[in-house]
Amino acid sequence: MAKVKPHRSAPSIDMTPMVDLAFLLVTFFMLTAKFRPDEPVQIVTPASHSQFKLPESGVLVLTIANDGRVFYDMDGKDARYRVITAMAEKYNVQLSEQEKTVFVLSPSVAVPMSQMKSFLAQGVKAQKGIKQPGIPSDTANNELKDWIIQSRIANPTLRVAIKGDNEAKYPKVNSVMKTLQDLNVTIFNLITNAEADAEKPVAKEN
Amino acid sequence: MAEISQGGGGDKGGKVRSKKQSTRIDMTPMVDLAFLLLTFFVLTTSLNKPQTMEIRIPDKDDPKNQQKPIEINEERAITLLLSGENKLYWYPKINPETLQETDYGVDGIRKILEENEAKINAKFGGKEQSMFVFIKPMDDSNYKNMVDILDEMKVVDIKKYALMEPTGQDKNIINQYASSMGATTPTE
Repeated sequence: MAKVKPHRSAPSIDMTPMVDLAFLLVTFFMLTAKFRPDEPVQIVTPASHSQFKLPESGVLVLTIANDGRVFYDMDGKDARYRVITAMAEKYNVQLSEQEKTVFVLSPSVAVPMSQMKSFLAQGVKAQKGIKQPGIPSDTANNELKDWIIQSRIANPTLRVAIKGDNEAKYPKVNSVMKTLQDLNVTIFNLITNAEADAEKPVAKEN
Repeated sequence: MAEISQGGGGDKGGKVRSKKQSTRIDMTPMVDLAFLLLTFFVLTTSLNKPQTMEIRIPDKDDPKNQQKPIEINEERAITLLLSGENKLYWYPKINPETLQETDYGVDGIRKILEENEAKINAKFGGKEQSMFVFIKPMDDSNYKNMVDILDEMKVVDIKKYALMEPTGQDKNIINQYASSMGATTPTE
């Protein structure tokens, strides 16, 4: 009697569909991922229990560095182009198309309009090495106000967010908030990071 | 079927058969890599979005705000003074003489807010008559202090609070307090 031999085969599964799916997802996440551009200044944001996430787009971020310098950053290439065009006109600064493109591609900018031309002329790459003086935002010379006005014209659904450093002094923050209040921007966001402790406000008993 | 390959006599007319190899490749390393990348992108995209805290400030042009200021029973008020070097002072009602120092921790300001809120709610019945917090950041306080206190308002669930300028009296009382504690007076 011949023994029936079990058919021997390696227990391998066809992994192709799985790989297909994995690569599809990789591609999706790679394309949707937005890489944070090199910020000209390091900001350590304070922690909060807030669960509200910042919208993806249509955000004007006013960064307040620990030394009180105010940075301007807005997303949307078209809107940025319109803002710099309007600002150049208002402050009588002649900017070439190339310099405007540099502005569009730049990360946060913190240069008074008087120095804007020479700043933009150096190109995007060179910005990293320059210590930007900050956008004037005091009562005597409030360029920040015009930046916000022009940004809101360029994008009427704009959301304003303040990204302050832990060590930024309150009077500076207050002056930025006062500027917003003067412009009737009465709802804005403060960018924070998540509090490390697990306690959530919802879980609290009342 | 019953073919027997003769070993050793390869050049004696026997056909050389190429061994049939499977065309399958081991995909495991590729899958590993794919999932590694997948995990990386999933994690970075979700962590990238920063948290925000929404705040509303009063509208200056709103005619409602241009009328006379809201009157609040002083019994319901509590004042927090945010000072430099992460110091936090508070006093109940509107009586700066009862100034006390506390800190930003759970056992510090949160306890005080909760205790006072309970006291005021017991006396006035809560809801519309709840505690009103005056937040007064001094010039030497920093942004973190302000965010910490605003966050505390959210955690303790205090609906009524206002950011305002400290008065001269507040500044004096802090200076007095600091000098009475033997510390150097904060520079203005």
